[in-house]
Amino acid sequence: MIAVGAGTVLLKAVGPVAVSGRRLPPRIGELLEMVAPAILAALVVTETFASGRSLVVDARLAGVAAGIVAVALRAPLWLVVVAGALATALVRLLS
Amino acid sequence: MLRGARIGAPLFPAAAALGASFGVLARTAHFDALAAVIMSATTFAGSAQVAAVSVLGAGGGVAAAVVAALLLNARYVPIGITVAQSFRGHVLKRLAESQLVVDESWALSGGGTARFDRRVLLGVGSLLWVAWVGGTAVGALAGQAIGDPSKFGLDGAFAALFVALLAAQLTDRRRAAAAVGGAAIAAVLIPFTPAGIPIIAATAAVALGWRRS
Repeated sequence: MIAVGAGTVLLKAVGPVAVSGRRLPPRIGELLEMVAPAILAALVVTETFASGRSLVVDARLAGVAAGIVAVALRAPLWLVVVAGALATALVRLLS
Repeated sequence: MLRGARIGAPLFPAAAALGASFGVLARTAHFDALAAVIMSATTFAGSAQVAAVSVLGAGGGVAAAVVAALLLNARYVPIGITVAQSFRGHVLKRLAESQLVVDESWALSGGGTARFDRRVLLGVGSLLWVAWVGGTAVGALAGQAIGDPSKFGLDGAFAALFVALLAAQLTDRRRAAAAVGGAAIAAVLIPFTPAGIPIIAATAAVALGWRRS
């Protein structure tokens, strides 16, 4: 577990320690602007459908659907999270 | 930082519940409570800790557990690079501050965009760290009494949270293209690669949006 901790510290530190303070060319800045949507979209997919190495449809999809509705209705963040939990738990309970 | 703590406050209960879930899992994998809390305090990376402890709990080897966890955290390299320019000062200060980077603190502080605010990241990160470590302690010590909180839809809550964080990022067509590409890459790779690889490979989708500029 020490290896996991030390490795994580290093992975998190690479950017802020090695790249910090340098001016990056504007084209690179544009590229970096798109890292967040790409990674967050990948996280949505893995958190919703991944179960080990399989893609599965389960109660989590109800949570995501509730989350999408809540976001579309401009609900505050805490409500999005609560809606996701409730919808998932409800479908799990009923199935 | 206070503003960051306020922005992160809505996530406190979910982060604490996830921490408790990790604490329960660690105990069932025969970790003692102190080890679980120390791991949360020093590693501060939910999915990687869960993966490492699950592999060990299922009788997997130490090397497999370490590799699984570090692959899941590999995304912190590109994530760290997007915010690197805002981190200034002594190397130890930057090293310490970089540990408060988690998906949620990064996304809520506008990571990678011109409006990124390092202090918001540190505020959200600090608050979630307290939730995560405190939750781990509660789960590890009182897990038998409260049961595993993950069965109450916590996984769906985090999926919904990432939907909200993603929605805030979809400000123009290039970024939407990167999101669609990232999701597609992740979906295609999940069956074929260990967890973590689909997420870091998704960063290749930035090329989709880039060519349009």
